[in-house]
Amino acid sequence: MSATADTVRKETLVNIEIDGAALKVRRGDMVIEAADAAGVMIPRFCYHKKLSIAANCRMCLVEVDKVPKPLPACATPVTEGMKVFTRSPKALEAQQGTMEFLLINHPLDCPICDQGGECELQELSIGFGSDHSRFSERKRVVFDKDIGPLISTEMTRCIHCTRCVRFGEEIAGVREMGATGRGENTRIGTYIERALTSELAGNIIDLCPVGALTSKPFRFTARSWEMDTHATVAAHDCVGSNLNAKTRRHEVMRCDPRDNEAINECWISDRDRFSYTGAASTQRLTQPMVKQHGKWHETDWGTALRYAAEGLKKIVGAHGAEQLGVLISPNATVEEHYLAQKLTRALGSQNIDHRLRQQDFADQDAVALYPWLGQSLADLERQHAVLLVGSQINKDQPLLAHRLRKAALNQARIMVVNPVDFDFSFDISHKVITDLAGMEQTLAGIARAVYEHTGKPVPDGLGQLLKPLTISDEQRAIAQQLCGSGERSILLGQLAMMHPRSSTLRALAGAIAAASGATLGMLTDGANGAGAWLAGAVPHRLPAGQHAPVGGYDARAMLALPRRSYLNIGIEPEFDCGYPAQALAAQHQAEFVVALTAYRTATMNEYADVLLPVALSYETSGTLVNTEGRWQSFAATVKAPGESRPVWKVLRVLGNFLDQPGFDYASSEEVRDELKVTLGSSSAAGQLAWRCPNGLAGHDDGALVRVGTVPIYHADALLRRAAPLQQTVDGRGAEVACLNSREAARHGLGEAQQIVITEGERRAVMTLAIDDRIADGVIHIPLATAAAAELGGNGGVIHVVAD
Amino acid sequence: MMPSSHNKLQLSQQARAEIDHWLEKYPADKRRSAVIQALMIVQDEHGGWLTNELMDAVGDYLGLPYIAVYEVATFYSMFELEQVGRYKISVCNNISCMLCGGDEVLDHVKRRLGIKVGQTTADRRFTIKAEEECMAACTAAPMMVINGHYYEHLTADKVDAILDGLE
Repeated sequence: MSATADTVRKETLVNIEIDGAALKVRRGDMVIEAADAAGVMIPRFCYHKKLSIAANCRMCLVEVDKVPKPLPACATPVTEGMKVFTRSPKALEAQQGTMEFLLINHPLDCPICDQGGECELQELSIGFGSDHSRFSERKRVVFDKDIGPLISTEMTRCIHCTRCVRFGEEIAGVREMGATGRGENTRIGTYIERALTSELAGNIIDLCPVGALTSKPFRFTARSWEMDTHATVAAHDCVGSNLNAKTRRHEVMRCDPRDNEAINECWISDRDRFSYTGAASTQRLTQPMVKQHGKWHETDWGTALRYAAEGLKKIVGAHGAEQLGVLISPNATVEEHYLAQKLTRALGSQNIDHRLRQQDFADQDAVALYPWLGQSLADLERQHAVLLVGSQINKDQPLLAHRLRKAALNQARIMVVNPVDFDFSFDISHKVITDLAGMEQTLAGIARAVYEHTGKPVPDGLGQLLKPLTISDEQRAIAQQLCGSGERSILLGQLAMMHPRSSTLRALAGAIAAASGATLGMLTDGANGAGAWLAGAVPHRLPAGQHAPVGGYDARAMLALPRRSYLNIGIEPEFDCGYPAQALAAQHQAEFVVALTAYRTATMNEYADVLLPVALSYETSGTLVNTEGRWQSFAATVKAPGESRPVWKVLRVLGNFLDQPGFDYASSEEVRDELKVTLGSSSAAGQLAWRCPNGLAGHDDGALVRVGTVPIYHADALLRRAAPLQQTVDGRGAEVACLNSREAARHGLGEAQQIVITEGERRAVMTLAIDDRIADGVIHIPLATAAAAELGGNGGVIHVVAD
Repeated sequence: MMPSSHNKLQLSQQARAEIDHWLEKYPADKRRSAVIQALMIVQDEHGGWLTNELMDAVGDYLGLPYIAVYEVATFYSMFELEQVGRYKISVCNNISCMLCGGDEVLDHVKRRLGIKVGQTTADRRFTIKAEEECMAACTAAPMMVINGHYYEHLTADKVDAILDGLE
């Protein structure tokens, strides 16, 4: 059925009666949808509003007037004049009969089942089950297979609703679960022992109406009725998924999705679901510490803050404020970004940045208010054509990938320009897999094709750049899609942002968008890139995007031109910066380093002078601004362990110790509201002003150029300590260098398992994997890993030899 | 990031040609329609049973998720997922054959081969398949099927002769 016909059908209303109440409902809706909308509860197991209709559990049987047999409400469309009885003797008898069948093989192990207390089967069996069983034969038993470190299976409890199977096929886009066997021997599972790979797989824990699929890290640690629920927001990507943190006393026991149709719908990524497991790391810092004469001492907050303040004052006093560099995590809250920049500027420095993985800042003055998606998250699923540039969106922003998948299933053309032929959960209609210079050339080619196609004027200076280019068929095809009808977007992903000449990519993408009428979207690193810009955690802008009269050093400059003192907030420079070796060297040479950190590492022991224990995202109150510009404030879910304090409080008191006025906030809300007042009604209307690139990079024939993505479970300090996530395929596979078989042969790597990677003076040893998805001339060495900490950043020229 | 392709098993040239013959019968975007025939072809080529690797290879060739192939292979009793004998014997025990002495035929086969239903002889020549239902030869009951060949109006002597005639 065409979309228009479907809309017309849905807009017509019909009159029905449910349990005697007259209702007007949309034609074509199922009885269960009409009942849900009217607040009438019909029991169900297999029906789920986001999944296709299976009608295989039969729990939702209802009586319909003039129909001799009970009908499944989930698969019966409403018709004019229909009279439905959900609680009539006939309906109840059918529902009770179904329940009796379901309980035949279901074990009575509720007391040791993690689902106990929040189990749909348990709840409905109270209403529809009998208090004794007429079944005296043996119950079936299913032996479990290990499906990975995140999901625990107890398939004897399975009632074959197939929600998990449909989720894989329809939502995750990776069919990994299935129903094998037949009749009584039917079982749900992976058939062979194979860990689930979807980055959304954890959602089947919530979908499972019984205790067959439960959270493995949570297993046997708490009962549902012992826990409190606290609303919070996930702080790992720019989506800002809504979470319910389930806490017992002062510990987060589990994270579940909180429905928000506009953001995460009813899903969350495994990253957001299981990251809490990193909070209890043995590296957790719980007491302020200072280093005196090379020795670390635990101390109280007063002493530590005084020591930190004295040290910072000394450097600033003796060498000038520009010798202070402040590096703050892009996952920090708006309040933290705001206070950090306020403190930095109060001390006379402008050197503050959150763009730790970005290398090219040439166009930072061209950014409107902050880089953003250019549209709402929900708009993504209405696209007709999307060009992804430098993005493995399934790993970087799993729930945005889900929106694109919906668009793709609705016939959208999704196209990519990437240095690696990444796997996506949707079909790609056109792709260009090329090295870093090739990405620029490709966008330039597409731009030229767009100008040819539309006849629009070429902006100043660009014509010269595009003139020598020839347009490939693929570039022309992409350009045509981008100039087509309907909603169209160009999305610059994390890899585009980390590109050594990312300003060129941004300028070309902006030019293509402007000429083709597509929307330009930028997917920033971390959870609060937008908030950081708004709060002024950038060297060239004050809060609310006001121009900074005196510019400061950006993140890269602060590390390339080492400062005498650093204030690190929530980061591990060797993992969170895009050029780790330089970052770490800069820290080591500094005279005085203050780190606000939740963890203490051996590396920090060496370079830092003061370690201040701080709360993790869900242990603090604050606000995150997601990529569509939505502000989401939340309260702390638990108290941070030991002497840890929220970052905003530490910065506020550090401001007092540094004798700065205006650091007297009583709550994080006061900080936020101060920024909101400054911000007034400014909003991110624009995206990027035109700024002509200096030129296009040419291919360096024969060179092996480094491309590094951030592995999904290595993106921040909390994730790197989340043991269950580290045990997944994505977690374990992170410390591997990959290149294609042609490059391996060209560099004589033959059967090598280990390779020695050199980049100038720097050297690292890594496991090698041959992966033909990687473009020629490219070696993929992920960032944020131990080996990568020894090396520079994206675009580095690499030499390899077998170890 | 881990490479997604490992050293995968490839179907033989012959098997692929035979599967292609079936694929021609279906629309180009409905390759999964050929999954049963593909599994039959691969099973026959591999001595009457399927391994996980072979099922994965069928999945790769038809562009199906592996689990979708496992679902089909585990649903139908004609697919063997463990090694079986060279001859797969299915003695009908449905109503018509049962009334005409099918159970006695089955007992005779079991006695003669010295194995139970579902087992394989030590020399890997014979397997008696479990619980075979009506194979649509009621007019010739009792009957059995060996590797696709129908043997009808069975008696103990006839069964002996048939089994003696197999290598």
